[in-house]
Amino acid sequence: MIDFALLFFLVVCAVAAIQMRDLLSSIMLLGIYSFIMAVVWTRLNAVDVAFTEASVGAGITTILLIAALSRTRRMETKQCVPPANLLIYGTVILLTSAVLLYGTLDMPTYGDPGAPAHSHVAPRYLEKSFEEVGVPNVVTAVLASYRGYDTLGETTVIFGAGICVILLLRRKI
Amino acid sequence: MSERSAYEHVIKRAMTKLLVPFIQLFAFYVIAHGDIGPGGGFQGGVILGAGFILYVITFGMNEGRKRISRITSDLLSAAGVLVYATVGFVCMAAGGHYLEYAALPFSSPQLAGHLAIFVIELGVGITVAGVMITLYFLIGRELK
Repeated sequence: MIDFALLFFLVVCAVAAIQMRDLLSSIMLLGIYSFIMAVVWTRLNAVDVAFTEASVGAGITTILLIAALSRTRRMETKQCVPPANLLIYGTVILLTSAVLLYGTLDMPTYGDPGAPAHSHVAPRYLEKSFEEVGVPNVVTAVLASYRGYDTLGETTVIFGAGICVILLLRRKI
Repeated sequence: MSERSAYEHVIKRAMTKLLVPFIQLFAFYVIAHGDIGPGGGFQGGVILGAGFILYVITFGMNEGRKRISRITSDLLSAAGVLVYATVGFVCMAAGGHYLEYAALPFSSPQLAGHLAIFVIELGVGITVAGVMITLYFLIGRELK
């Protein structure tokens, strides 16, 4: 029941954030969206992801977006879309959604133990992570040991993003 | 300056001075306990960056730059990746593959894994915090 309420609020937040012309309110709504998403992750028992979503999405992203907003206009300029274009956009969106939903009919049921995602390497990680890596948290064991090279790539991406912003925005090197 | 805005400044500054040490301590707690509970390098780094950003928001860019110079924040961003990559090369020097913690000369593979994971989470946290601080200093603007 609470999952339906969370999903409803997610959709409401997303639609409102897009429709708002006041960009500061839009940023606040995106922060609320991240917070509700963190609750959804917690409902799915993924606390590490929830922690990351809450700290990054609801925390830092909101701050950085407001900082970026300080350099531009606060109100979006009014856009008039001709109705014929609206009809085309709506048809394309409906068609794409229909195709994607049809594709999900083939997916295994949620939580099916025989699903490919749960039967390839996941049992090995869950059973052997403590004796092979020595760390109680399986998420950290996968992130830092079994898939440690990917985490190195992620960290390099974050560093690269910082370098790009420095190159673009810094006046005096 | 009206009296109301002077009071607002006092409240913001007092609360920030109280909160920032606890935020930084909590960030290090999250990084260090990433292997026992939820958390880890990314989350702790973001919280550490947020603590510094709170200080910069309250006290101003110049005051913030006195605490963290431009060189420091740039080097912080790079140092974390360097630490992470160096751990991999140390594992190679000890005879294993790149980032194979079991090859490190500790008493057991579990202990080696535990310590190496702590070091790389620290590296990740340092890079994320450095990048967040750098981004805020570049993107943010002072209110006059």
